[in-house]
Amino acid sequence: MSGFDESLLDDADETVRVRFVVNGRKVACEVAPRETLVDCLRNALELTGTHAGCEMGACGACLVQLDGQAVHACLMFTVQADGARIDTIEGLTESGVIADLQAEFHRRNALQCGFCTPGMLVNAHELLSRVTQPSREEIRDALSGNYCRCTGYEAIVDAIDAVAKARSESGGAT
Amino acid sequence: MKARAFSYFRAATIDQALDARARAGDDARFIAGGQSLVPALSLRLQAPRLLIDITHISELRGVRREGGYLRIGALTRHCEMLSEPLIAEFAPLLHAAAPFVAHPAIRNRGTFGGSVAHADPASEFPAMTLALGAEIEIIGPSGGRRVKADDFFVDLFETALQPGELITAVFVPLFKADQRFAFDELARRRGDYALVGCGMLATSTGERIDDIRISFFSVGNTPTRVKGTEATLIGSSLGAERIAAAQAALEGDLAPPDSDEVPPAMRLHLARVLLGRMLGRLGERA
Repeated sequence: MSGFDESLLDDADETVRVRFVVNGRKVACEVAPRETLVDCLRNALELTGTHAGCEMGACGACLVQLDGQAVHACLMFTVQADGARIDTIEGLTESGVIADLQAEFHRRNALQCGFCTPGMLVNAHELLSRVTQPSREEIRDALSGNYCRCTGYEAIVDAIDAVAKARSESGGAT
Repeated sequence: MKARAFSYFRAATIDQALDARARAGDDARFIAGGQSLVPALSLRLQAPRLLIDITHISELRGVRREGGYLRIGALTRHCEMLSEPLIAEFAPLLHAAAPFVAHPAIRNRGTFGGSVAHADPASEFPAMTLALGAEIEIIGPSGGRRVKADDFFVDLFETALQPGELITAVFVPLFKADQRFAFDELARRRGDYALVGCGMLATSTGERIDDIRISFFSVGNTPTRVKGTEATLIGSSLGAERIAAAQAALEGDLAPPDSDEVPPAMRLHLARVLLGRMLGRLGERA
């Protein structure tokens, strides 16, 4: 048996219904199969914290968490995410899990125009959940797919480094 | 930067995927991690009418021992090459290569089978299947077969895969106690495509090299095994003289393409430098 319906081919501009959990809320959208996840998040769901930069996986501005892992929202079509759990910068902000990272980015001026910041934060969040005390080298390596055209990265690395140290100090106490 | 309109079908089994492909004809593409395919669609380098999503086919998942091989399911993600203990133990060359594959977020989505099928001559994993003497398991309308990596890469982005076929798994001979490996690459920026890269797997008795497989990437239209260079190393230890002879032999094995950015002479030079470093390290581990 096969689930493939040949009439699909005659109707290439159809929309399909996609359901997923975005920032903890169940969401259903009608999307064209060619619509990327970043476009769906920004246009249909009005979650504009996820930025569309290069749209080819080079700049990292569109990173979101898909089932708990950082991925480029420009490198997948919304239909591929059907049934998945997606957390955007808005969700991570609301839940407070990156509050210390955000405060440290702010304190150290680790952004100027801010376009790259959501992607930087999603990536830094993933790094720190995987490696509790990354070296500066490891931080730089983790950020190698995130472009920042303003800061020269130094303050961003400083901020992530400071949060890693603060977390492991307070983590030692609990 | 938007793909042309297409239809989408999520296959639950290999049979469903092959059937959809057969009925849609050559205007369909399989999609797995999509980390190379999605940009190609967005740039309209490709514009199929149908995408067949194979990422929910459980038969294509999983890493396990099978006979003298490690069977690595086609959907194994690049990040799993770093986290899966069986890979670290039985295919350590892949474990060593994985951190060099693109960036962390790409590694969370990209798949091993997809990388091998895409056969980008600048990619790490296709070249490593050559160094490992791996076999590619393929299924298609006329059944299944296994192709040696040595016979798999045909030309630029061209492989032994026939229309309608897909990779189900890669079989890697289990790493043995008398083997050593090395991986390295030279890139302008970490995560960028390598200017030149290399992986090698040697079998030795004491310091003597009994067998060695060396594979380069970013040196031409396909990942490239350097058999003439390998031959200069077999039967002796990795002393400075022997390493110099291997570096000299590279010229006969590699013919880097013309490029304004990286002229052939420069690429050959970098390949020699990289080979020298890696053989030196391999020798120290004897």
